[in-house]
Amino acid sequence: MATVSLRDVRKSYAGTEVIHGVSIDVADGEFIVIVGPSGCGKSTLLRMVAGLEAITAGTIEIAGRVVNDLEPRARDIAMVFQNYALYPHMSVFDNMAYGLKIAGIRGAELRARVEKAADMLELRPYLDRKPRALSGGQRQRVAMGRALVRGPAAFLLDEPLSNLDAKLRVQMRLQIKDLQRSVDTTTLYVTHDQVEAMTLADRLIVMNAGRAEQIDAPMAIYERPASVFVAGFIGSPQMNILPATVAEGGLTLAGGQAVPLAGPLPPAGTAVLLGIRPEHLAPAAEGLAIAVHAVETLGADAYAHGRAAGVGEPVVVRLPGNAPPAAGSTLTVRPEPGFAHLFDPETGRRIAQ
Amino acid sequence: MAEPTMIGGRPAGQLVAHLILILGAVVVAFPIWYVFVASTHSIQTILRPPLPMLPGPYGPENYAEALSGGINRIGGVSVGRLLLNTTLVALGIATGKIIISMASAYAVVFFRFPLRMAIFWLIFITLMLPVEVRILPTYKVMVDLGLIDTYAGLILPLIASATATLLFRQFFMTIPNELLEAARVDGAGPWRFFRDILLPLSATNIAALFVILFIYGWTQYLWPLLVTNSNDMNTIVIALRKMISFADADTPWNLVMVTCVLAIAPPILVVVLMQRWFVKGLVETEK
Repeated sequence: MATVSLRDVRKSYAGTEVIHGVSIDVADGEFIVIVGPSGCGKSTLLRMVAGLEAITAGTIEIAGRVVNDLEPRARDIAMVFQNYALYPHMSVFDNMAYGLKIAGIRGAELRARVEKAADMLELRPYLDRKPRALSGGQRQRVAMGRALVRGPAAFLLDEPLSNLDAKLRVQMRLQIKDLQRSVDTTTLYVTHDQVEAMTLADRLIVMNAGRAEQIDAPMAIYERPASVFVAGFIGSPQMNILPATVAEGGLTLAGGQAVPLAGPLPPAGTAVLLGIRPEHLAPAAEGLAIAVHAVETLGADAYAHGRAAGVGEPVVVRLPGNAPPAAGSTLTVRPEPGFAHLFDPETGRRIAQ
Repeated sequence: MAEPTMIGGRPAGQLVAHLILILGAVVVAFPIWYVFVASTHSIQTILRPPLPMLPGPYGPENYAEALSGGINRIGGVSVGRLLLNTTLVALGIATGKIIISMASAYAVVFFRFPLRMAIFWLIFITLMLPVEVRILPTYKVMVDLGLIDTYAGLILPLIASATATLLFRQFFMTIPNELLEAARVDGAGPWRFFRDILLPLSATNIAALFVILFIYGWTQYLWPLLVTNSNDMNTIVIALRKMISFADADTPWNLVMVTCVLAIAPPILVVVLMQRWFVKGLVETEK
């Protein structure tokens, strides 16, 4: 159990900077999820905390101690890898015990600690098996157990669920959350899956091209995304982003449609990007007319995909699943008050409202 | 799991396949059988062709003479001593090669140091130089070190192996990087990683290589011939050669054949005993 601090952490490969200065203070026991598209540097950041990648600039502290130049083993961390990296020639017991054995723990204490972790993960019946005789889900749990058994200052998980099938992933997601709460250990978790990110995190780091675009609680990010990138990345289906111009008492879309907006707005005539989530567009008697060209019905919900006249960007609207519109019909919607987001088209940053 | 079959269940196809296999086996085994047959006949029978195809009655007599009384013929050295020499040399070469090549492959694959690739290529280039090319300088070095007529002199020059280094390098490169990283996070240093993870994972490769290298060491001819002067440091292959004189009549062919049988028995034993591991090491892909 410990705090983890990153101070302007940077990473360059042969002169090319790939991580452009990330800073965060992680509280003791906090669950941080680092999320972003592939290639955004999220795994690199985690591996820098683990000590598997050198830190080009900045400092990383674990439990108040600068660990920049320490070997992974000296950092008191445990890591779960995407492909689990179990030792193929060792039994489940030996896989989990290896780190403890190196730390000089032997005999009864070793057995007790491994068995306790095995019980938490329901691995007791498999302790004598080799990894190749286990299913994907069981291997994943062994990898978790190997981290858990050490009782480290921090857990580092690198896309631990991405090799599992969808059903198992949901199950393990809940289990990981429960485990993390019960052992109350600071955790950094890397994923590209925004559902995992939203459900697991106390706080999220949304990364894009080596930068932390936004660091906040999941709902805060959902409600007030700091940039167009974050707005598009968090939430599914994606937020609708429509170019518009500020007018009197609202916005005018590229096709000339007026979208009434309450609240303070930038000066009239300013070009902005209007962001509005599919779930925050409600059918109305008058408003934005959308020509629907496809409807996806998911049971509880239906998503209508369409275009507003004169606007290049597609618009998605979430509707109740029981009475979806037909493809080819026209749907009139209105943004729910208070749920419109404005972004600067130049910088992509949120415009304060 | 069903055995993969190229030729279906058709009896004719099976027959052809078996005929070809049997023919191959006979071609390979016949000379060895002939050696064994010759080792059980008297010298008179051997020198009066044709040689019978079945073992004769002199087997026990020939073997007894070769093992106990053959002393004069092989320069005063017993067959037992020759077999011991050869075993020590073959074991020394096989283990030495494995240790050296594993160590160098480990360094080349898992460590970053200046001139790493240059060193790798240097090892690689020695593949292109046959032993014969560097045999004179090697001999000079051995003389200067006073290693003529010693086991060290027989073994040391033969244990550097570019081939084995390459094989281990290729195998080490298939080990997922995460395994190394997991071990580092678990607290294993380079030595522990080697001992606890790399060595057990290489076990089948080591076994396969050991079989090949043991036979390589056992059948060495040119280097043992050069580096041994005294007869009691000879290997059995050299001694065999020395038993044969140019005049046919002076050569005790029956005893030569017995010595041949004794010379090929240990490598066959090694192959048979390690066959399961050997095949596993050659075909295993599971990581």
